[in-house]
Order: sequence, then structure tokens, then C-alpha cells
Amino acid sequence: MHDTPDIADRHDAVCVIGAGASGLVTVKNLREQGFSVDCYERETSVGGAWNWRHDRSPVYASTHLVTSRPLTELPDFPMPDDWPDYPHHTQLLAYLERYAEHFGLRDSIWFGTEVVAVTPVGDGRWDVTTRGTGGGAERVQRYAAVVVANGHNWSPKPLSVDTSAFRGRVMHAAAYKDPAQLRGRKVLVVGGGNTGCDIAVEAAQQATTVWHSTRRGYWYAPKYVFGRPADQVHDKLLEQRVPLRLRQWLYHLAVRLTVGDVTRFGLPAPDHRPYESHPVVNSQLVYYVGHGRITPVPDVVRLEGATAEFADGRRVEPDLVITATGYLPRFEFLAPDLLDIDEDGKPDLHLHAFARRHPTLAVVGLVQADAGLLPLAHWQSVAVARWLRLRLTDPDRAVAVQQRESTRPLRSWTRLRVVPSSRHWFEVSHTNYLRALEDLLKQMEPA
Amino acid sequence: MKLELVRFKDWTDPVPSVRREVLSALPHPDDGQPPLLFVPGLGHGAWAFREHWLGHVASRGFAAYALSPREQGSLRAYAHDVVQVAAGLPRQAVLVGHGVGALVVAHALARYPARAAVLAAPVLHGRAALGAALRTNPLGTLPAFFGGGLRLSRRQLFAGDPPGADAYVERLTRAPSAVYRSLLTAPGPADPVGAPPALVVGSPDDRIVTRKALDRAAARFGGAPLLFPGMGHDLMLEPGWQEPIDAILDWLVKELAG
Ligand SMILES: Cc1cc2nc3c(=O)[nH]c(=O)nc-3n(C[C@H](O)[C@H](O)[C@H](O)COP(=O)(O)OP(=O)(O)OC[C@H]3O[C@@H](n4cnc5c(N)ncnc54)[C@H](O)[C@@H]3O)c2cc1C
Ligand SMILES: NC(=O)c1ccc[n+]([C@@H]2O[C@H](COP(=O)([O-])OP(=O)(O)OC[C@H]3O[C@@H](n4cnc5c(N)ncnc54)[C@H](OP(=O)(O)O)[C@@H]3O)[C@@H](O)[C@H]2O)c1
Repeated sequence: MHDTPDIADRHDAVCVIGAGASGLVTVKNLREQGFSVDCYERETSVGGAWNWRHDRSPVYASTHLVTSRPLTELPDFPMPDDWPDYPHHTQLLAYLERYAEHFGLRDSIWFGTEVVAVTPVGDGRWDVTTRGTGGGAERVQRYAAVVVANGHNWSPKPLSVDTSAFRGRVMHAAAYKDPAQLRGRKVLVVGGGNTGCDIAVEAAQQATTVWHSTRRGYWYAPKYVFGRPADQVHDKLLEQRVPLRLRQWLYHLAVRLTVGDVTRFGLPAPDHRPYESHPVVNSQLVYYVGHGRITPVPDVVRLEGATAEFADGRRVEPDLVITATGYLPRFEFLAPDLLDIDEDGKPDLHLHAFARRHPTLAVVGLVQADAGLLPLAHWQSVAVARWLRLRLTDPDRAVAVQQRESTRPLRSWTRLRVVPSSRHWFEVSHTNYLRALEDLLKQMEPA
Repeated sequence: MKLELVRFKDWTDPVPSVRREVLSALPHPDDGQPPLLFVPGLGHGAWAFREHWLGHVASRGFAAYALSPREQGSLRAYAHDVVQVAAGLPRQAVLVGHGVGALVVAHALARYPARAAVLAAPVLHGRAALGAALRTNPLGTLPAFFGGGLRLSRRQLFAGDPPGADAYVERLTRAPSAVYRSLLTAPGPADPVGAPPALVVGSPDDRIVTRKALDRAAARFGGAPLLFPGMGHDLMLEPGWQEPIDAILDWLVKELAG
């Protein structure tokens, strides 16, 4: 392959897309493995989702973590130990900024630069087209590998009902920033994930009337059980190797002893067992339902004129509808077949990270777990960096590793028993997932 | 290599936060060199580095910090404190551990990718050091076996009879028995993360760390030990304190350039 003059060849350098948490750990860990790295970030600063000044940030003023600090911090750069169990989003941003500063990562990041196309050149290398977000000409550079860390919590999932004939305001939770937006309104919140529950609680404190619509019942976990952050208690059980069935039973018991039967408040009963959907951690939702400040309602079937109609025929008249339906992954700069993306938009990646047919293409951060994302993204990026290194230093071993990986059973690293919903495409158990990565890393250890 | 991705202990039983004593000396101007974090061994505190080394390091253009061990600590808590302080510094830090502080640093290295590491007169294997201590200072060491405190003597720490040595020995605190029991029984450190360059320094005349122990530490962490004959264990308090710290900084400058 000969160079066209307008393509700058970056030789062995690796391109990283995004400087959110996942991009930052990837830059650091690639550099630790000796790679030169060019990271492109469309915003003018680091932090991704946690930088709520970013136009695509899904974070709202009151966001606190749902995962506790020890289960959220990076394994080689802890958060300050005097921070609370559940830090505020501004602390997460400060943490990521300090990480970037500490490891001098900004030298490798091109801010205000969007990646608009990534195309394979045929020999495992990639042409990456970038454009300044402030305008200017496009630039093409050639890289030995590309690691995508563009996040999957920014492209809103559309509501299934037509909203065009509705007179009130409809907005996705991504656009919700401040409780002032709720003050004095009649608010309908759609969606029972962590976002929907947080906003419903906030509306209970600010709005005149609040309806909370969910299309199924959920297990609402409190932030603390037995005086400890709930995820830490759960991990104690995992440490003792308590089997899933017994953990589900204990979960039931804990809920029965504390919250009790939520159906007496009008909340639907869960249609699945505990641990079969992404954990919703919110101590206040049931509290406000119990105080009559939040009225649970079923799925929305129609939004027309002034009315919202629900599956049970009930009708109410909200003036603001917030759809907290979650997000879909989006890779506008990649042809779908490169990540084996199916017609629904779901990529099929080995360990949710490695492109199956392109050994020099990987995605970091495309997972969701029963614990914080950062540790998983860290180890994913370590595995990607070591993999790329092994391909250079010992190609034969790399082939052997790839062959062995192709036999790794799916159920060993991803959750298969979950409620079928696009929100669970990348759902993993953090311990099983980390064990799979650990095994991969051991195979790649220098001889 | 020992990898540990699933860390139940860290996740479910985090080390409690304490106020930490950190002394520092900062260079003017600061032209962006990595900071050095000094970690003292048993009985010593950050003060032991403030005597000479911190100021000297700053005069050579590096920010210098020293951390005192927490009261009622354990190896795990000490390593935790080192990682906490290191991660709180503006840039990737160089960890310098002295004596048992080197063991603490070795454990911290598995949890924090240091820019470089220096193990000075390192006590990495508690048993060997205890044996040596029994030979030189049986009266101070024996009570340790019966739950008493470990008392270090001047003869163990200094080569000759330098002026001021008695005052230093006066300042030593007795390490509670639970602490060195945790040091003795702890499993060896996992491999460092981020593959930092490492240097072992010591003295053949150290009455706590034998020459063999130095060679062993160097074989594991960094080639051959750099030796300063004639000096005792407390390199940073000996009259000849400048020679080892200059050698450490010269090595560091070379590593940073390479
Ligand atoms: C409300 C909310 C609360 C959350 N709470 C928790 C929690 O408690 N614990 C937890 O672990 N996780 C939580 N998460 C998940 C959170 O998304 C992750 O913690 C983390 O921020 C994901 O980081 P990331 O780098 O993968 O993605 P992002 O933070 O989204 O970063 C992606 C970056 O890529 C950039 N980018 C995208 N496309 C391009 C392109 N084409 N060119 C250049 N740059 C591009 C973006 O600008 C962005 O900076 C929460 C998410 C939400 C929405
Ligand atoms: N405080 C925090 O730290 C915090 C806050 C918010 C979010 N987060 C994290 O951010 C991620 C995204 O969370 P999220 O709550 O925004 O999204 P989510 O977890 O995907 O939840 C979306 C919710 O909307 C429902 N829904 C989706 N499409 C719908 C439709 N067409 N009609 C009706 N209902 C629909 C889903 O129902 P089904 O279950 O039936 O699919 C689900 O209840 C998660 O990882 C979450 O943990 C964390």
C-alpha cells in the first residue's frame, strides 16, 4: 500500500477516540505499554459524561454516584479516602481531571477535534478522519490501531409513542439539568432506571404533581443495607461465594424486612428476579411513593392534546414529560460491520471490547455492571494495550491467544439471564467479567 | 507475575481514612520534575527525612515529601496511606522507602504506577531482619516476641558514634507489636504496576539489613545495589547523608532522561 500525500502516517501510534473516563485510562495504559497515542476529543476538556458543561453530558445537578467509592475508583489511582461513600458528579470530574494531570495525559489529547470516519486500510491499519469542532478542513491520519472510547450514555433512546400531537413539553432526561426545570409543574417521568428514579425523586421535591411511568416492576435497592453501602454488602456475599439463588433469596428477605411489599403503594411487582436487571439504587423513590408525592403509573400508550394515557386506561394531564428511557450506543464514524453491529444497533464484540474480525480495533467502556464502570474500563484498556503489544513482540503467541479466546464461553463473561431489553446489551457481573479479563491478561504475560 | 483484578478486601473493607502527617520541601522555581515521596520505616517519622534529605532534594529541583506512618497501623494501612498521598500529588511520584518503609513502598507499587522507586536499606523480609536485630540488640528486640514494643538501639542504626545520634534514637517511637506482626506475616508484594525503574541502595555495614538481603532486594527490583560502605542503617541521618541522596538523584535524573 503506498501513501497518498495527504495522509499523514503516524506509523505505530494508536488512535483513541474520546477523553472521558474510558479514553483517559486507555491513553495512560497504552503509553505505559510504550505506545505513542493520539487521542481525539470533540469537547474542549476531559471528563466526558461527568463534565456536565459538555453538551452531551447526561448528568444533572444533583447526580451522585450509585456505585460506592471503593467499587468505582480506578485500581491504580484511588479517590481520596476522605470522600463520601457516594461522591457527587463534580467530584468525579475533579478526579478525572487530576488523573489526566497526574499522568500528563493532556500531551496526547487533541481537544475540540471530532473523529468523523475510521476506515480500515487493509493491512490492519486505519485511516482516521478528524475535523475541528470549530470548523476547518478535515485531516486524515493513518494509525496502527484504533481504540474507541466514545461512551454509550449520550444518544437518547426514543420513546415508542408518537409525541407530535402532545401540547405539553416532552424532553429526554439527557436535557434535564436542574431542578428549577421542574418547579411548580405537573411532571410525568417515564422510565424506571437510575435516571428516571432520580428525576422522579427530584420532581417529588420540586413539582406540584408527579407521575412515574414504568413498563414493568423493578427491585429498588437502597443505597445502604446493614449500615454499609449496598454494593459492598453484595460483594461480601460474592466473596463468600454465596450462590445466585441464595443471594436472590437474601435480597428478597432484605427488601421484605425493610421496604416491605411495594405493591401496596401501587408499584407493580417485579416481573423478574433480583439481579436479572441492571441495579436501580435509590433509597428515596419508595419513600416518596409512600408519602403520596409520586404516583406510580404503567406504560404510556398515548400522548395527545393535553393528555397522557396509560396501559390501564388511566389518563392524566402533565405539562412536562421527561423521558428517562436510557441511551443507545452509537458509532457514527464506523461502518457497522466493523463492530458486527446488528439491525437493532447492537455491536457484537469479544468481551464487549475486541472487534471479532479486526484485531487492531477495540472499544473500551462499552459495559454496564453491578459496580462502577471505571475499574472495568481500566482493565479492558490494559488488556487492549497488552494485546496490541503482544501482536508486535510475539505474533505466534498472539495467534494462539486469539484461538483460545474464541472458545471462551459467552456465559462466563456476560449476563445471559436478564430481562430482554436494549439496556442489558452490555450487562455484566463485575466479578465474572474481571475474572475473564484476568485470565486473558495471564495468557498474554511476557514469557 | 501476580495479577489481582478481583479485590474484595479493598472493595468491602476499605482502610479507614485518617489525618496523615506529610512534611515537604518545595523547589523554586518548580520546573515540572516528578516529586519524591519518602516513606520511613519502623520507629521513624517524616522528621527523619526533614533533617537533611528533603531540603537537599528541593535544592536540586525536585519537590520532596515525607509521610509519617499512622498510629495503630498495619502493612495494608501504611501502603494505603502511601498510595493516597502519592495519588494526591500533582504529578506521578517517585517513591522512596527506607527500612521497613521500603517494604511498604514495595506493596504500594502494586497499587500505584510510580514514576520510579528507590528502596533504601530495605527490610523486605521481616524474619531475616529480626534475626539480625536479635544479634545486635537482643534486649530491644526480645520483648517483641511477647507482645511488647520493638525498641531500636543506636548501635543498630548508626555505624559509628556520630554526634546527635542519641537525640535521634530518643525520638524513635516504639512500634506496637501488632504492627510488626503484620509486617512479618504479610504475603510478599505483588509485582509493581506500570513497570517503574527501581534502585536499591544500602550499606555493607548496615546492622539491620545484611549484604545478602540487599542483593536479594536488588535482584527482585533493580539490578545491583548501590553501596555506601562505612554507613549505618539510617542513611538519611548519618553524617555522610549527602552522598547517598545525591547518588539517588543522579540515578533518577538519568532514568528520567532515558
Ligand atoms: C446520570 C448518570 C450517572 C452515572 N452514574 C454512574 C455511577 O454511579 N458509577 C459508574 O461507574 N458509572 C456511572 N455512570 C456511567 C458513566 O457513563 C461512566 O461512569 C463513565 O462516565 C463512562 O465514561 P466513558 O469514557 O466510557 O464515556 P463518556 O464519559 O461518555 O466519554 C466519551 C467521550 O468521547 C467523546 N467523543 C464521543 N464521540 C466522539 C468523536 N466522534 N470524536 C471525538 N470525541 C468523541 C465525548 O465527547 C466524550 O468526552 C453514570 C451515567 C449516567 C448517565
Ligand atoms: N445516580 C447515578 O449514578 C446514575 C443515575 C442515572 C443513570 N445512571 C447509570 O446510567 C446508565 C443509564 O441509566 P438510565 O436510567 O438513563 O437508562 P436505563 O437504565 O436504560 O433505563 C431506562 C428505563 O426506561 C425504560 N424504557 C426504555 N425505553 C422505553 C420505552 N420506549 N418506553 C417506556 N419505557 C422505556 C426502561 O424499561 P425496561 O427496563 O423495560 O427496558 C428502563 O426502565 C445506567 O448504567 C445507570 O446505572 C447512574
